[in-house]
Amino acid sequence: MSTHVAATPLQAAASSGYWRTVLRRLGRDPVTVGAAVVILLLLLLALLGSHITPADPYASSILKRLKPIGFAGHPLGTDELGRDMLTRLMVGSRLSLFMGITPVLLAFSIGSFLGILAGYRGGLLNTLIMRTIDVFYAFPSVLLAIALSGALGAGITNSLISLTIVFIPPIARVAESVTTQIRNREFVDAARASGASGFRIVRVHVLGNVLSPIFVYATSLIAVSMILASGLSFLGLGVKPPEPEWGLMLNTLRTAIYVQPWVAALPGVMIFITSIAFNLFSDGLRNAMEIRS
Amino acid sequence: MNQTMKPLTANTPLVEIQELRVTFTGGAKPVHAVSGVSLQLHRGEVMALIGESGSGKSVTLRALLRLHSERHTQTEGRIVVAGHDVVQMSQAALSQYRGAVASMIFQEPLLALDPVYTLEQQITESIRRHEPVSSGQARARALELFEQVRIPSPERRLQSYPHELSGGMRQRAMIALALACRPQLLLADEPTTALDATVQIQILLLLRELQQALGLGVVFVTHDIGAAVEVADRIAVMYAGRIVEEGPVRSLIREPRHPYTQALLTSRAHGAMPKGVRLATIPGAPPDLSEQIPGCSFAPRCAMVQAQCRAEQPPEFNIAGHHRVRCIDPSIKRATATPLSVLTTPQSMTLP
Amino acid sequence: MNNAPPIHHVDVGGKSPPLLRVRRLRKHFPLKGELFRPRKVVRAVDDIEFEVLKGETLGVVGESGCGKSTTARLLMQLTPADGGEFLFDGQVIGGRELPLKEFRRQAQIVFQDSFASLNPRLTVLDSISFGPQVHGVSSAEARKLAQDLLDRVGLDPVRFGGRYPHELSGGQRQRVNIARALALNPRLVVLDEAVSALDKSVEAQVLNLLQDLKQSFGLTYVFISHDLNVVRYMSDRVMVMYLGEVVEIGDSESLFANPRHPYTAALLSSIPSMDPDQRTEVPALSGDPPNPINPPPGCRFHPRCAHASAICHQAVPALTSVSLHHRVACHLHIRGSGHPQAPIG
Repeated sequence: MSTHVAATPLQAAASSGYWRTVLRRLGRDPVTVGAAVVILLLLLLALLGSHITPADPYASSILKRLKPIGFAGHPLGTDELGRDMLTRLMVGSRLSLFMGITPVLLAFSIGSFLGILAGYRGGLLNTLIMRTIDVFYAFPSVLLAIALSGALGAGITNSLISLTIVFIPPIARVAESVTTQIRNREFVDAARASGASGFRIVRVHVLGNVLSPIFVYATSLIAVSMILASGLSFLGLGVKPPEPEWGLMLNTLRTAIYVQPWVAALPGVMIFITSIAFNLFSDGLRNAMEIRS
Repeated sequence: MNQTMKPLTANTPLVEIQELRVTFTGGAKPVHAVSGVSLQLHRGEVMALIGESGSGKSVTLRALLRLHSERHTQTEGRIVVAGHDVVQMSQAALSQYRGAVASMIFQEPLLALDPVYTLEQQITESIRRHEPVSSGQARARALELFEQVRIPSPERRLQSYPHELSGGMRQRAMIALALACRPQLLLADEPTTALDATVQIQILLLLRELQQALGLGVVFVTHDIGAAVEVADRIAVMYAGRIVEEGPVRSLIREPRHPYTQALLTSRAHGAMPKGVRLATIPGAPPDLSEQIPGCSFAPRCAMVQAQCRAEQPPEFNIAGHHRVRCIDPSIKRATATPLSVLTTPQSMTLP
Repeated sequence: MNNAPPIHHVDVGGKSPPLLRVRRLRKHFPLKGELFRPRKVVRAVDDIEFEVLKGETLGVVGESGCGKSTTARLLMQLTPADGGEFLFDGQVIGGRELPLKEFRRQAQIVFQDSFASLNPRLTVLDSISFGPQVHGVSSAEARKLAQDLLDRVGLDPVRFGGRYPHELSGGQRQRVNIARALALNPRLVVLDEAVSALDKSVEAQVLNLLQDLKQSFGLTYVFISHDLNVVRYMSDRVMVMYLGEVVEIGDSESLFANPRHPYTAALLSSIPSMDPDQRTEVPALSGDPPNPINPPPGCRFHPRCAHASAICHQAVPALTSVSLHHRVACHLHIRGSGHPQAPIG
């Protein structure tokens, strides 16, 4: 909203901006910083993983099946087809994170739009949108994901679509609730009283106040999305073998629990670490974004 | 009851506060909310604590019931109520003390009353917590209390939930709850601020009546001087954590000695003001309580400030008739009891 | 920084017609209905009528449930009315001659809650420049205007312009709200309990500021407050509301010195006495202000009125002149109303 037409001395004398305060607060909380570092590492891994792997993720070996952690040449052991676990975990991060973040991003855009529209306009439009969304919301997310994936067929794209659909209702509900609260505040009345159009009010006054809480909520869904995606892969509805993806790896290593339990648990550990990191980060973000006088 | 009680004589004040200091340590810097308050209240006396936001009046009141969070509050000084040493007493003694010796009524009854219990349940619970009576006896007492606070159809109202009553009724119910265990001291934190004018005067008169009938000591915190005048025998004016003036209501209202008290009394818009005349205002804003300055806290805004005011805390002077002022010697002041005229705000001051 | 306001409004009606005339204004809020029962309705504002004269300050007083805040919102067209007409300077609001957006430029409101009235994510300058930008002022000019106004309301634009609402005190925020209201150069400003949440010393400063601004900008105020002393000080005329109706309206001094309506008299006598020797002994009214859901028939005040008689149960008293500029809705004062103490008509 602020333009750069203002004289520099004015800006210099201004208080440190909101986002600067948020960054500062984030930097002070060791837990949040730790979580952020983990997330960054994971993202780096996802981007660069396939270039720095010690071995070929698809190279199988009958002789070296299900070797334990610490085995020569395979620091984290091998899976049921003799492929290097470390490599597969690293390469698998790309797909797993992709399946975690993308549906949430899409659902954030669509859900926010629907929720803000319903919240701002209220009345019949609100009832229409929100009650339709409630129908989807009524289904447990796992069931809904499975049902949609089953209907659309297996494959990455389809599971992305079904996960997006699963996440739109909760995000829309949060969006509608936050928008309704903001809409009833006096500063929105003041904006209406100055003759601004609804669109302008939403753009200037509502969005800035509403997108942040929705975003924070959405980041907490990333972990859920990863787990659901893993679940879909586990059931054969998502990623197909031999693609490395943590959920799929959990599935194929299922029976290995009796032979090499630690190796079989490794993909689960990765999912766990990622979920915790995103959850802790979103908690910290929520605390940092609070407006305190 | 415990070793911290002193023997009481007829002349012992009901409440004795000596050099109370309350510092909040929760934030970035410690906040000195109360910096040396000393007060006495006798049985059957009503004392009003007047001041604006940040004066420390509510903090002082809450200290009398030790309501502040133990972790983030540092309390120094002595508070003795009916022989009980409030600052030192144990948690167990504190639970006995609250309600039976001293109790409090608050500004917003909806926040102070539990929304999921009926009023009868809340009152009887409080009574039975302190006295070994049967539920039937407790209910009878609850009814008696509701009659005392003049709630119409008391039997029916006892069965209501707090949100079912109107504002004035709720406030009466809260008073009934506070009086349930026959305390000797009633603390009131802005009890009428949130009420309509016609209801406010009813509650003020009710408080006066009850106080006289039951011989209660009352400490009444308010920012409305009119409300204080209706109810109080003595008034203490607080500014930035200290009492700047304290005395019998008549002499304080008619002859205020401290510049802040004078300014407060003249800056009110009131009926006798001719239209078009600017209101006398106190320039500047209340000080930041995390900074402790050496001199008088009011000096930056005072019309009669002198060099020594900024150097050190002004001493207390006793004017005739238990009226005391914390200011430079009142007898050497130019006897300007005239209201402050409008002062221009120096550029360096921040407007409130 | 004493600039004349940049935009000049045309005084359409001329000096004598009122700036705002309100007729038969009504707003009823439906409550959730129960099965098989007729829907209950909160009759918040019930067919009221009043006018606001050019250049005056009209004080509005009344207790909970009287409808004064609803009236303010209706005036500002923030809540749609169920009935009634508004004439602003003789023109129908929202009609062909005065489209809503243009009306919004000429009338502004300042609310009680200074914090909720400001977007927590916008700086002070951004909040103030929003209004002018809506009406086509360029962002550079709007910013300059905002800085001027901040200065006018006593806040240094260099120090305060870039601050956020939570970094200001209550009094400072309210000054920002006033600046924001003035940014469109309105003719009418509604002050809905604008100083009620402030400390008394701050209140005095803001009241002085409001008086100064009224002079410099040639404003007309509707001043809603529960504090009768402040209303008396600020207002030229006062309107007293009870349970959704106007019970008395007239010149401030004569209303305060000689209230005609029993409710007004009771309200005025509820002001705490400042004299310790002249304390109030008996409250003028007992009980709480009632709920406007099922108002009593006839005169709404009759259940609590010391002077009520048979006619008061039956007929609603109309707002009638009792002297120049002073109208009362009470059978006691209506000629030939049938009340035993009314003047014979």
